[in-house]
Parts: sequence; C-alpha cells; structure tokens
Amino acid sequence: MANNDISDNSNVVQSNEVLVTEQTTSKPTTVPIFIMGKRYHVPSTLTILKALEYAGYRLLRGVGCRAGFCGACATVYKTPDSYKLKVGLACQTVVEPEMWVTELPFFPAVKKTYDIEKIPATAEAVMAIYPEIARCVACNSCTRVCPQDLEVMDIIQETLHGNLKKAAELSFDCVMCGLCASRCPAEIVHYNIAILVRRLYNRHLVPNSLELAVRVEELAENKYQNEVDRLKVLDEEQLRKIYSVRPREGSPGVELKTNRIDWDDEIMKGNVK
Amino acid sequence: MEDSVYTEQMIASIRKVEATRPKRLEEAKRGYRFDKLSLKDSQELLEKFHPDYITEQKRTLRVGPSKGEILNIEVVNIFEGHSRIFKQYDEFLRRIKSPDYVTDVLIIGGGGAATSAALMAYKNGAKVILATKLRTGDANTMMAQGGIQAAVTPVDSPAIHYLDVIGGGHFKNEPELVEALVNDAPFAIAWLEKLGVMFDRNPDNTMMVLHGGGTSRMRMHSCLDYSGAGIMRVLRDEVKNHPEEIDLLEFSPAVELILNDRGECIGAIVFNMETEEYHVIHAKATVMATGGFGRLHIQDFPTTNHHGATGDGLTMGYRAGIPIRYLGAVQYHPTGAAFPEQIVGLLITEKVRGSGADVVNVDGEKFVFPLEPRDVEAAAIIREATPCENGGKGKGMATSTMYGVWLDSPLIDLLDGEGTIAKKLPAMVRMVNRFGIDMTKDPILVYPTLHYQNGGLVISANGSTILPGLFAGGEISGGVHGTNRLMGNSLLDVVVYGRRSGTSAAIYAKEKFIDWGKPTIQHVFEYEQEIAQFEDIPEDRITPVLLPDYTPEHVKKKQLTTSYSGNLW
Repeated sequence: MANNDISDNSNVVQSNEVLVTEQTTSKPTTVPIFIMGKRYHVPSTLTILKALEYAGYRLLRGVGCRAGFCGACATVYKTPDSYKLKVGLACQTVVEPEMWVTELPFFPAVKKTYDIEKIPATAEAVMAIYPEIARCVACNSCTRVCPQDLEVMDIIQETLHGNLKKAAELSFDCVMCGLCASRCPAEIVHYNIAILVRRLYNRHLVPNSLELAVRVEELAENKYQNEVDRLKVLDEEQLRKIYSVRPREGSPGVELKTNRIDWDDEIMKGNVK
Repeated sequence: MEDSVYTEQMIASIRKVEATRPKRLEEAKRGYRFDKLSLKDSQELLEKFHPDYITEQKRTLRVGPSKGEILNIEVVNIFEGHSRIFKQYDEFLRRIKSPDYVTDVLIIGGGGAATSAALMAYKNGAKVILATKLRTGDANTMMAQGGIQAAVTPVDSPAIHYLDVIGGGHFKNEPELVEALVNDAPFAIAWLEKLGVMFDRNPDNTMMVLHGGGTSRMRMHSCLDYSGAGIMRVLRDEVKNHPEEIDLLEFSPAVELILNDRGECIGAIVFNMETEEYHVIHAKATVMATGGFGRLHIQDFPTTNHHGATGDGLTMGYRAGIPIRYLGAVQYHPTGAAFPEQIVGLLITEKVRGSGADVVNVDGEKFVFPLEPRDVEAAAIIREATPCENGGKGKGMATSTMYGVWLDSPLIDLLDGEGTIAKKLPAMVRMVNRFGIDMTKDPILVYPTLHYQNGGLVISANGSTILPGLFAGGEISGGVHGTNRLMGNSLLDVVVYGRRSGTSAAIYAKEKFIDWGKPTIQHVFEYEQEIAQFEDIPEDRITPVLLPDYTPEHVKKKQLTTSYSGNLW
C-alpha cells in the first residue's frame, strides 16, 4: 500500500490550503481514493471526474459534457465494503473513501451501417443487422450496470419479441456509455441496437405529423413569405411596436383566430412613432 | 426532510415557498404567472444587472479584422494569443504543401451543426472528412434539453416566429439570417422526423409543442428533456452509416486554416491530441462548426457547456480575417443549479418553467414572469439574489459559496397531475436525484450560469463567410440571434445552418473550386506580427485553447515541465 502512496504530507496540507482560500466558509475533509491503483487524497465532496482533475489528471478521453448526457465518462470502481464491481458516470458520482476507480476510455463496439429508409421496422430486420441479439441469455448483467438505471435487458427482449415501441421507450434515456456491452456474455452491443430500434420505430411505425407536412408544403409555395418580407424592411421602432402588442397564446383573455400578424396600418405607413 | 441535503436555513425557506404555493397554483390555473416587463423596464434591468453591462469585465480588442470591439476579457485573450504553429512556422510552411488527407469538404467540429453539415455535404455528392476535438457528438447539442422551435401549428407562422426571434434578440438580428432560420425550421423538423428522431407527440401524432421564454406561440418541439441528445444521437448514428464517404477524425481538432495564394481557404492543420502529430488536410471547401466558448468561464461563471467549448473556430476564423458580430453578448441561462456544490452551474432546463414551475425568492414570493427572454430573466434573478449592500434586493437563499433563488418545480405536478414531472423531465429528475434532491417534492435552488455565445463569426444566409471556401454554422456564427438567443433556437440554428453550410460547401467544391493554388499560412504570420506590437501579450498564451485546464495550483506548482511553453493541449 505504501508503494502506491504518491502523495506526501506536504501535498495534503497544500490541498487544504487551496480549498480554504477558494471556499472560506467550511473546510472540506479529504478522503483517499485509488485512481487506477494510485492513491490520492481528494476533497470528499467532489465527483469522480473533478477528483481526477484535482489529483492532476488532464482528461482527453473519459470526459465530455460533464453533466450526465453524453456517456463519455463511464466509470467502474470498487469500495472496501464489497467485492462487487460498481459503476457510474464519473461526472455524476461522488467519490467514496478508499474507492478503487478507473474510467472506461473507449469500448470496441460494433456499429453496423444501414439505410434507415429501406429496413422494415421488425425484430427480424434488427436481427439480420445484429444477429448476436438472439444470443441474449437474459442474465440481466446489462441492467445491473446501467448508470441510467434503464431496464437494458428488457430493451433487448422487447426487441426480440417485435415490440419496438416498448424497446424505444425503454431506451429513450440511454447515454450510450458502453457499460452494458462491456459486461454482456453474449457480446451484444445494446446501445447500438437501441438507437437502431428507436430510429426504425420513429421512422416507420409513428405516422408522420400531418400538420408538419402541411406546413412544409405551404412553405414550399412561399405562403408566408409576404409577411416575412414585410417584417424584414421595418425599422426598429416599427418592429418594437408590433412586437409589444403581439398576443401570447395561452395568456388570460387571448383567443387566437389566425396565424396572420395583426398589421397596424398606421405603423406600416410610418405615422406612428 | 430529516435526510435532506438542504441546510436548516434552506428548509425554513422552503417552508415559506410551500406556504405561498396554493395561491400561486390558483393564479397559474387562471393563466396568470406574473406581469411581463415592458421593453423599457427590461432594458433598465439589463443595464443594471446583466453581466454583459459590467464594463470592468471587458476590454477593447486590439488586433484583427474587428479590432475596437469591446469584449469580455477572456474572449479578447483568445484573439490576442499566439498561434499553436508559429514557433515551427517554416516547418509547417513546408508541410502544408504535402497533405496527409485530401477531400472535397472538411467539416471542423463534431456537434449538431457539424454532423448536419456532413450529412448534407455527403448528400450533395461530396467526399467528407469530419475532424473533431473529442468524440463525434461531444458537443453542446448533446446537452440541450428544452427543445427546438419551429412554427408548425395552425395559429403560428414563420413570420410570427421571426417577430419573436428579433424581439428576443433586441432587434439587432440580421434579417436575412432570421428569415432563413424561421423559414427552414419546419423543413428541419421534417428532416429529423424522417431520420427517426423520437419527438414528443400528441395522441393524433402531431408534434407536441410548448412555450419557451419569449415565444408568443407554442412551438417548442421536444424529446422529453433529452431534446438535444435525441437529435444528436440520431445525427451521429447517421453520419457513421457512411464510413466510405464521411471519414471521422476524432480527437483531432483543427488548429489553423490553410489558405492559398488567391486567398481561398483550402483546408486546415489538425492536431492528433493523442499522438501529438499535426496532420495537413486539403479540402476544396471547409465548414467551421466548432460551437461556442462556455469553457472559457467568462467572468468566472460556471457553465453548462461541454468540456471542449473553448471557441477554437472563432480563433482560427478570426485569424484568417473573418470579422465577428455581437460577440460581446453572452447568454447566462437563468436557471443553473446553485446547490449542492457538485452540480453548481449545470443546466436546469427552461422546460421546467415552460411546464409551470415558478421562480420565487427566499420568502417564497414571485418576482418575475418565469418566461421572459433569457437575459431579462437572468438579470431579474441576479437582482433578486444579490445582497442589498451590493445593490440587489437581498432576497436570495445563501449557500456556502453563493446565492440562489428557488425554482418551484413541485408546482408542475399540482398543475398537471402527479407523475407529470417524472414523465416529462426524466433527465432533470435523475440528475438532481443523484445529488439528493427530489424535485417532485422540493424546489431546486438556481442561479444564472454561462450558457451560450450569442454572437460569433459573420456569415451570410447560405453559411458562407467572406473567406472563399470557408463556411460556418451553428453557435460559432453571429447575427441570427441578435444579442440574445431564445430557448429552442440554438438546436434549430445548428440544424438549419449546419445543413445550409454543408450544402453550400459541397456546391462550392463542385462548382466554384478552381484549383489548390499555392498553399500558405501567411495569415498566421501576419497576425503574429500584429500581436507582436503588444508587449503585454504573454508568450505562453497559445490559442486555440483546445481544452480547459482544471489542474489545481497545488499540482501546477510541482509540474516543472520546461520542455514546452504554454499549454501542450
């Protein structure tokens, strides 16, 4: 253990000094953590990501949005109280004393190519692209490591049963971090299958918005160009006037009967200042 | 609340928020949330409390095509910095003549604008290289939560959208750019629908739409509160479906543009950050889509932005002679998390307010209409939370490091039924839950956070710049949003101008490109000469910055690396 301890006492003292100057109100305690086996003392309130930076790591891999949306910082760790491997997103997980931690910089996941227009939205089509999906033994290892707490195995099972809608909904919050695939004994890459399923479902099984199609057609015929053109040539004062009086949908007393701008002729004539 | 992460003082304040909740609920049910400020009152509020108006935090830019502009100091510094390649100028001059890659269109960046551009360039017959700093999709697009605007309902039109955009932008917007934005918006949604993006829908399969700050019609399309991720994951998947035609170079940010002797852009020098090799890419046309600058931490604000948002494209483009517009206008999102410490600065989406949450002070009182344009909303929160001795109203809730106001999220479930928050805002519920807050029961403490670069490089409506062969789109550009962007118009911007710049670049490569000419980096040399006039520009200020440096002082003191100057990255 002593060999792993690269931080001497002076380092710890300095760490605290830095923090005291930054946060004058309370002096946070530090805890030891093992980053890829090397011991560092870090403030106990930090996320794993910030703890790595605090220790002096300059991250290139294993860091992305820093807010739990991009899946770049999949992390595995163990704590002394358990033999079990724990997981989390480094940016969303607070350090624990004596944790052994490493980020997963990359996972070699197969991503097949396809033309979303041409594939039918069926389980068979998904299986033709990713045949390994049929190897799922329902062990639930994937679900247990999902940092988003998704029912990952159910995504696969629903897909196999042809229920792409359910699979799309279950996988909606997936950040594609790769942890599920890293634990799968059947070598399934769940998140690549899930995005295919979501795209197929939304492309082929959800009817296109008719309202949107109508608007696109109207625009192709330049239906609203006249009004946009009128707005473009107004001076700031005229614009301010029209802007200030525009009714807001849903506000008390507002009943909208038209999608035309209420042109005030006086403004247009330039008589109103 | 015995196990609450909130302090005793906070819990006492939350009790006051709970006490005013029934009355506020009753008002909200009638459609009343608070009086909206007049344009005149808004302007006064902005001038007193918006960070853009703090003159001590700004200084005059002394070099380049837009010298004389007054910008935040952090932004001036990226322009008044040395090129990464200047110390080996002669070597690079030699190297740029023999490219490592040759392509039709080079896309610099990896977010929503870059991938949209790549797909459209490919569709228009171009061979594409997309070079990006981190992974494809590591971008602010991935983090956008609230939604994307498009005028599609029967009571809405592009003209009404135009009016909202230009009013929100303080009438400073470029009319041609706004016109393209609002006219293309329905096409953008239809394109994404066809690619298989999972939009929220009404039972009749029309798109579900909501209000955002400053909108006069409900036109906010969303994918719950993963709107950007919903779009970005699909765009990334689609880009990766064409490995022969779209070559992805990840962890390889561009560091300078390459021009030719006729002054046309013919590609860029990219830096493989893992092997530290520089590669030369010759491209008939180049699209700059590197996004914004939140990670420069302007005025020391925390930020919602992703790790790589350091304004690289601004630096390169400006050095190559492209002027900037409205770059002094910075967007602070009104509701960044203010507690607990681990999530300070992270985004609490505007959709929380759009769905019915009030913004209230330490006493549980409303003080602002919750859906003012973002700059006005942010200024109102700053005024409310700032202590009286500093000129504010002193009605903020103190944490150990800052002040905040309450975002009363439980109101949403009271308005629309239990379970609404969990259903509509899963990302938010999950994020605050990880740090001990149940937003269905307790309010969230918020304060403005650095969010968006309102201005940027000057472009025209087809995405072209004044530099032939160089196109740009997305957050990097300036003009479309005036001096303040509305919610839902940045996802729209990246898709609309990503598509436009990608298409324009492909057409340019096919029809306007003459030949390579003589490759030069003379613009870098000349820019360095201009910089050299100023002795106060430190030698180790190397830009583009590429990545923020969060190494603490106690580590830096011991890093006695002397073999290089400046930050290696």
